[in-house]
Amino acid sequence: MSKAVNILYAGFGGQGILFAGKFLAYKGLIEEKQVSWLPSYGPEMRGGTANCSVIISDAPIGSPIVSKPDVLVAMNLPSLEKYENEVVSGGKIFVDSTLIDKKVERDDVEVYYIPATQMAYDNNIKTLANMIITGKVLKEVEGFSMDNTEAAFKKVVSARHQDLLGVNSNAVQMGYDY
Amino acid sequence: MADKVLMKGNEAIAEAAIQAGCHHYFGYPITPQTEVAAYMSKRMPKIGGTFLQAESEVAAINMVIGVASTGKRVMTSSSSPGVSLKSEGISYLAGCDLPALVVNVQRGGPGLGGIQPSQSDYYQSTKGGGHGDYHNIVLAPASVQEMASLTVKGFDLADKYRMVAMILADGTMGQMMEPVSLDVSDVKTYDKPWALTGTECKREHNIVNSLYLQPEELEIKNFERYEKYKAIEENEVMYEEYLMDDAEVCVVAFGITSRVAKNAINEARAKGIKVGMIRPITLWPFPKKPLAAAADKCKAFICVEMNMGQMIDDVELAIRCKKPVYLCNRVGGMIPSPEEVLAKIEEVGGAE
Repeated sequence: MSKAVNILYAGFGGQGILFAGKFLAYKGLIEEKQVSWLPSYGPEMRGGTANCSVIISDAPIGSPIVSKPDVLVAMNLPSLEKYENEVVSGGKIFVDSTLIDKKVERDDVEVYYIPATQMAYDNNIKTLANMIITGKVLKEVEGFSMDNTEAAFKKVVSARHQDLLGVNSNAVQMGYDY
Repeated sequence: MADKVLMKGNEAIAEAAIQAGCHHYFGYPITPQTEVAAYMSKRMPKIGGTFLQAESEVAAINMVIGVASTGKRVMTSSSSPGVSLKSEGISYLAGCDLPALVVNVQRGGPGLGGIQPSQSDYYQSTKGGGHGDYHNIVLAPASVQEMASLTVKGFDLADKYRMVAMILADGTMGQMMEPVSLDVSDVKTYDKPWALTGTECKREHNIVNSLYLQPEELEIKNFERYEKYKAIEENEVMYEEYLMDDAEVCVVAFGITSRVAKNAINEARAKGIKVGMIRPITLWPFPKKPLAAAADKCKAFICVEMNMGQMIDDVELAIRCKKPVYLCNRVGGMIPSPEEVLAKIEEVGGAE
């Protein structure tokens, strides 16, 4: 198979799970990759768990559903428990360690623990834990980088909130540097 | 690439419809289709069009009949239970020979069912839904780009043949985002001398009607309509062939399941199994000829569907039951995984 990164973001509704996925998808689009983004839209998004599948690929994308992620971003405990064992061997798991006490038990994946929610609180950007953890994803996943971050935010942040571009970029940088 | 934007399938349908000259939308919200209505509610007032949230699906489809009678491009959209409600109106549109676009972003059924994706309205869309002898042109997009391009195509075919064109999508196609180019430059327009536009005392009255109490007259109407359908079956079939040149096993799938199947086919090919796919893009007219041709070279067929096996009937008819046809399916809002499809391909491809 040609190079494709299958990403699964999972957490609570309200954590910006879908937004973070959209950011990565737009970044991929700007970088002339094939991309797809598929949200959960079931009863779970009404106050329970939310997740979204993002695929960034050099080749045309078949199924947009990520059931065996290369990259899992887990922002709450139920999500980690639900998807931990679905990650492919050699994959990467990013854990918001402020909200998840548990350690990943597998030893065939790389795990990154980032206190994203705590960092967001400490820096007075408490809604941006999603972007902090995404910064770490950009750092650690092969083929990803900080390139085009601003341009992607311009696309994904709605017109009336363009003043928030800077804080979003700072949050990503903070995660990248962690 | 620069002109591509990320859009949900539902939004792509709405924007493409506007680009295709549809300035009248009537609907009623239902998951997983609501973004079509939401998008229309934002855009229509800005272009001087009409967005109207009707009191019910039944009211919406009857408003569609009204606008269609005037010759203007018009659409409605819903999801499975809502399309059942619209079915009476769709039959009336067929009986009146009126063009319109109806979008069904399917969810699990029967009844209220669930809100997760499904393909279980295949029979309803391709075999009728409403009463009487009629067909809709049924288009099955498998990407967000096709959600847009087949919407434009749907309006074109509806006008060309004076009938309903239906976009048969599913919750996944509606909710997912992919890059889409909305550069719509191939919009065709048609003269509509039959439309109710006011005579200005210069011509005879046009009458739009589906009631023919004289059976002789009604029989002729039906015969005429089926002459038209024959022409459509001859000229408007659309399908995609994938790795069919040397295929011994032929997967048949449409919409989202065709994408899942593509993953499985690639993996099976890597294991040396000669498998390909015929993806119907028009479900009616159904691509009978390429399937019949495939039956001469392939040893078996696999239908991948999100229903209890509906399209499989059309596949068996198209190939005159020459070769075995197997079903690989999930229902109720579940989507088959590439692994499940691969297992079926291995089972069928390995057997003599």
